[in-house]
Amino acid sequence: MAWFQKSEVVIAGILVLAMVIIGLVNPAFWSLDNMFSLLRSNVIIGIMALGVLLVMISGGIDVSFPAFAVAAMYLTVKGMIYFNYDGVVLPFVAAATMGALFGCLNAFFVYKFRMIPLIVTLGTGSMVRGFLLGIVGTSMININKMPDALIDFGKSDIVNMVKADGTTYGLTAMILVYFGLAVALHLVLRHTTIGRGVYALGGDPEAASRVGFNIRKITFFIYCVAGALAGFAGLLHSGMIWLANPRDFVGLELDVIAAVVLGGASIFGGRGSVLGTMLGVFMLVMVKNSLIIMKIDTTWQRVVVGVIIVIATAITAWRDRRANA
Amino acid sequence: MKRQMDFRSLLNRDNNIVQLIAMTILIFVVMTALSPDKFLRYYNFESITYIFPELGLLSIAMMIAMLTGGIDLSVIGIANLSGIFAGVMFKKFATDAGVADTGFGIVLLGAVIALGTGLVAGALNGLLITRLKITPILATLGTGQIFTGLAIVMTGGPAIVGFPNAWAFIGNGKILGLATPFVLFIVLACLIAFILRRTTFGINLMLIGTNPKAALFAGLKREKMVLMSYMLTGVMASIAGIILSGRTNAAKSDYGTSYLLQAVLIAVLGGTNPAGGRGTVLGVSIAVAALMLLSSGFQILRFSNHLIDFIWGLFLLLVIAINAYKNRTR
Repeated sequence: MAWFQKSEVVIAGILVLAMVIIGLVNPAFWSLDNMFSLLRSNVIIGIMALGVLLVMISGGIDVSFPAFAVAAMYLTVKGMIYFNYDGVVLPFVAAATMGALFGCLNAFFVYKFRMIPLIVTLGTGSMVRGFLLGIVGTSMININKMPDALIDFGKSDIVNMVKADGTTYGLTAMILVYFGLAVALHLVLRHTTIGRGVYALGGDPEAASRVGFNIRKITFFIYCVAGALAGFAGLLHSGMIWLANPRDFVGLELDVIAAVVLGGASIFGGRGSVLGTMLGVFMLVMVKNSLIIMKIDTTWQRVVVGVIIVIATAITAWRDRRANA
Repeated sequence: MKRQMDFRSLLNRDNNIVQLIAMTILIFVVMTALSPDKFLRYYNFESITYIFPELGLLSIAMMIAMLTGGIDLSVIGIANLSGIFAGVMFKKFATDAGVADTGFGIVLLGAVIALGTGLVAGALNGLLITRLKITPILATLGTGQIFTGLAIVMTGGPAIVGFPNAWAFIGNGKILGLATPFVLFIVLACLIAFILRRTTFGINLMLIGTNPKAALFAGLKREKMVLMSYMLTGVMASIAGIILSGRTNAAKSDYGTSYLLQAVLIAVLGGTNPAGGRGTVLGVSIAVAALMLLSSGFQILRFSNHLIDFIWGLFLLLVIAINAYKNRTR
């Protein structure tokens, strides 16, 4: 396939075009300050999108990850306060493990009962969120109670700048965490047997199983990794906003799925790449954030996201049909 | 003798229905045992007949979308948008006396606008799915955002409060001692059951869901049928929206968001196959009644709403497991 036909290139082209247009409407878009804050907004949605990408390549869909993220985040922060623990590594491992365990639940139902992933994840998501709010608690953990180590970690910057008026701004170091995870997932998807198995499962489960892929192992891998990424992102989010809110992330699944679809992944499975997803996430975050810069009323935000989903899915559907024809 | 035979064949054919009835009775007995004085009060059942039609209609709407192997995640958006369009129109036509005394003609116009919203929204879903070949999940996920977004744009965020009295009658009134929404639900449920069982359209939908390829070779106009089924889903959702706005005397962009999961759950619980081809109005109706009894029982026992969400989710997973187990032994 010629390089200009690759979906990543097409997405990047549209992205640059959109950036130029937004920059023309309001040159403030190009300020370093705005760019840094845009990149910062990419981190959490981006990490979650990596998990959703994995599920979508395998031909499934996941709407339970916001619930998993919020549960892992809230329980971990509660645990840190309870044990008076002031480290960073162990809590992130705990949050990711919790997410992975929740993910196992998804994998179990999807594999064992051959149930449509949408319905399974609707059920598990509702269960986990209901459990968290109904049994663990509904009160927010504010900055005065948040573990300091977590906040300090979330505060770390790569570069620090001082504006003319004396206020400082910087590029968050969390972007490195995001890029690191993205590269790792890219390598796994491209260069390991299990990664190729995810694509094979999405392309044709029957064929994948006959070729000798262990469908059970792959299904568990997909949903556990997606859950772990969600749990990790959840805790990172609370560190970045200095707040653990058990009602957080409601409705986030739509944005993340939109970003992944925008990045060229096909819901029928077998297609999608880490680079495309990252571009899709950037595009979605940029459009949402730039509505304010472009002086469009924020009430239009949902409509714009909806239109983007419909257009992006229509284009991918058209591409898939052409590819199959 | 003959009757007994009939009864047995009914049992065999609709195993699922019997199971559902048994479950409903079980829930009823357990709740009665746990809190007899509160659960058995007439008031409790009366309030259920006011609340459940909205959810019941949304679940039937979901089932219709599932018959062709699809799903409609935009039903809540359609319901709210329908109520809001009608509400905005009533505000426009309001006299100095206020919205409450709006004439019958205007209320009728409002109903037409609400139903029209559902029809157009459903047609948009259907066209995206049949013409642009977008998967139902993603198409309706996107349009759901658009409908909810338009609802926010129309209202600016807060609820539209104040509907005409005649409109409120749809949600709060009584016909022959029965709740109006309940009567409306029964009538619509019978109508949909008739359409699905006795008309060419309904039978075609079932066939398309069972085996799309065979249906195509049999010469069924698949695209037209699927489009019509989403339009029907849209109209049902808008009727739920009319009842919701009538009952609460308000319309808002984020009312009833928890109904989405519940509608999917009830449709699946009621014996609808999400892969298409199977589903009955009767099954869905019994499932709604069962889950309404469960939720009202839990509320009487002072369980938190979040815990009820937990139990709904658990129920959905259990039903999946039980259905899979049943299908394997068969």
